[in-house]
Amino acid sequence: MSRGLPGWRRLKGLIRKESYQIIRDPSSIAIAFVLPALLLFLFGYGVSLDAKNVPIALVVEQPSPATASLTGDFQDSKWFEPKHFNDIHSAQEALRHREVMGILWLRSNFTRELFSGGPAPIGLFLNGVDGNTARIVAGYVQGVWGKWLVRYAQSQGREVTLPVDVQQRIWFNPEVRSTNFLVPGLIAVIMTLIGALLTSMVVAREWERGTMEALLVTPVRLREILLGKLIPYFVLGMGGQILSVAMAVWLFEVPLRGSLWVLMGVSALFLLAALGMGLLISTVAHNQFVAGQLAIFTTFLPAFILSGFIFDIGSMPGWVQAITHVIAARYFVQVLQSVFLAGNVWPVILMNSVALVIMAMLFMGLVRLRSRKRLE
Amino acid sequence: MFRRIWALVVKEFLALLKDKTSRMTLIIPPLFQLLIFSYAATFDLNQVNYAVFNQDPGIASRELLGYFKGSPAFKLADTMEHQEQIAPAINDQKVLMVLHIPQDFTRNMLEGRSGQLQVIIDGRNSNTAMVLFGYVNTIVTSFSTQWSQDHGWASPPAELKVRTWFNPNLESRWFIVPGIVGLLTLVVALVVTALSVAREREAGTFDQLLVTPLHPAEILIGKALPGIIIGLAEGSLIVFLTVNMFGVPMLGGLGALYLGMALFIISAVGLGLMISSIAVTQQQALLGAFLFLVPAVILSGFATPIANMPALVQKLTLLNPLRYFLVIVRTVFLEGAEMSLLLPLYWPMAVIGVVTMIIAGWLFRNRLY
Repeated sequence: MSRGLPGWRRLKGLIRKESYQIIRDPSSIAIAFVLPALLLFLFGYGVSLDAKNVPIALVVEQPSPATASLTGDFQDSKWFEPKHFNDIHSAQEALRHREVMGILWLRSNFTRELFSGGPAPIGLFLNGVDGNTARIVAGYVQGVWGKWLVRYAQSQGREVTLPVDVQQRIWFNPEVRSTNFLVPGLIAVIMTLIGALLTSMVVAREWERGTMEALLVTPVRLREILLGKLIPYFVLGMGGQILSVAMAVWLFEVPLRGSLWVLMGVSALFLLAALGMGLLISTVAHNQFVAGQLAIFTTFLPAFILSGFIFDIGSMPGWVQAITHVIAARYFVQVLQSVFLAGNVWPVILMNSVALVIMAMLFMGLVRLRSRKRLE
Repeated sequence: MFRRIWALVVKEFLALLKDKTSRMTLIIPPLFQLLIFSYAATFDLNQVNYAVFNQDPGIASRELLGYFKGSPAFKLADTMEHQEQIAPAINDQKVLMVLHIPQDFTRNMLEGRSGQLQVIIDGRNSNTAMVLFGYVNTIVTSFSTQWSQDHGWASPPAELKVRTWFNPNLESRWFIVPGIVGLLTLVVALVVTALSVAREREAGTFDQLLVTPLHPAEILIGKALPGIIIGLAEGSLIVFLTVNMFGVPMLGGLGALYLGMALFIISAVGLGLMISSIAVTQQQALLGAFLFLVPAVILSGFATPIANMPALVQKLTLLNPLRYFLVIVRTVFLEGAEMSLLLPLYWPMAVIGVVTMIIAGWLFRNRLY
């Protein structure tokens, strides 16, 4: 018991020293506040998977009222920005040069076939290099075409009945606004960067400058040194998280359906894991140069690609899915997307929180282990 | 002069490679990441868990569900008996989709009316939801066509025939893997250069370098060359693996690709050195590297199309060398583009490279702390 009090005083001293260091080099404060504000602003406005005004070539070889009503529908659709071409060759040239995403080709026999009742062919060419966008564009074209077909048949006194009528219900995000899932995911990526950036340099810097040895010969314990590093940066990181959530809700109008307290609690767990990873990088690296290199390699791209933020984890091969379990951002992304869009889904929140606690303890444990070894 | 530059280049290489952790850092992560990311980064869906809530005892629903069972994109995870089972299964992410077929499905279809299929999809990742819905539509369309033929339904007055160029199966892997070549090359170039000047400034050795007979231009070349050499070497390795391991078709010429890669690496090294010379400490340099790297990747067209961005952001991407290189890699790989067609993509990278190098060289002398 008697050891408890002086320990706390030592810790307070360390925290105060670290806080001075933060205040005097503005880059730490920039990391916590400028980085999330700038990145969220840029991506919240800049990144979208919703194609709008897709340039599409229309080639009508023999105009007629029927073709005019179809091209008129494309003209009126908010998804497309049609460009008219006189022949298929110039349109194909435009497709090759990416001036258009696709070509809708109504051949000279289109109207005749339509009147004789047989299926009149409509050609749709797509540039498949970007497979995902091509698939989305094909879906849009089918939508416009399907509506036209029903209307046209009705105007001819025919009834078009498709065997199956598909009714789509997309839960949590019925208007399929991609900002609603991209912004929560981005918060996870940005917090990964903040965590690693804040701490990856700090221990390495002390080793590089020799001040770590100086610290170690004082009565300060290793646990106190690590806590002294962790607490100030944790406070700073939570500040960045609050800013990010505020921007998501007020600037990008992402609905927050779950509880703010749950969100902040899980954020705190994630931040501990992210800071722990930064400390581990710092401890492994011996110097700031290598720590910086490791931080660049191990934080951003893995969090971006393997977290499920944009690419669906369930569709990855089994061994890649196994690897994603060591990416802390993976758990955070699931909680963020659930708490923002679906509400307090406890099974999802609890499972991922347990995983985050394990990751945080694992990183801290490794840091302690590695640091102790250097002393011997 | 060459001897002086050479000495500096040797010193830079030693600084990068003599430390074992540093050596490993440069080689291991890019190769592992290429391997993992190439399998991970795809918009194609595979073995998506879905559940069926079928109230219809008839043959039509059984036939339709058979189509879903036969598709590798889907995996039947659960069969439901009650309406109330749907919400928990989707909320807890046990399934991504529920197919609900009402009682009168078969009866309606046998009497010439549309049968109703309700598709409930978890929209928390709205892109996955849209892709999933596209898959469902494709399956339902092929079932409908078959049903119309078998039961003598009138064919619709017009039909849409879709043909896709360059990538007939719309596999997004072919689009993404060449993109990863660009991403990793950028990261390697940044890792080598972004901290190099800041480290010397922090240690004070940069001032010593400045008082030697070395001209700032010579220092610049000495600092840039290792980045360019390592970038080209790793870039070549990554391209080699992409073609030989992942089977991405390489339709174009190596010349067109390498001209693009060289210019891209020069521009990335220029940006890295500029960041490094603005920074006073290595922590600031690292912050600068991320402030460039993250927007450069996300606003490059790697995963989300540039065409979907607002006009102002689209203009901003013109400053991003990765934007040009990604188009070069993809068109050379998948479309066999010729060098002459790519000229409008080459010169902006050359301009970015030259301008950033000049700024970096100027900062060497004009930013002394």
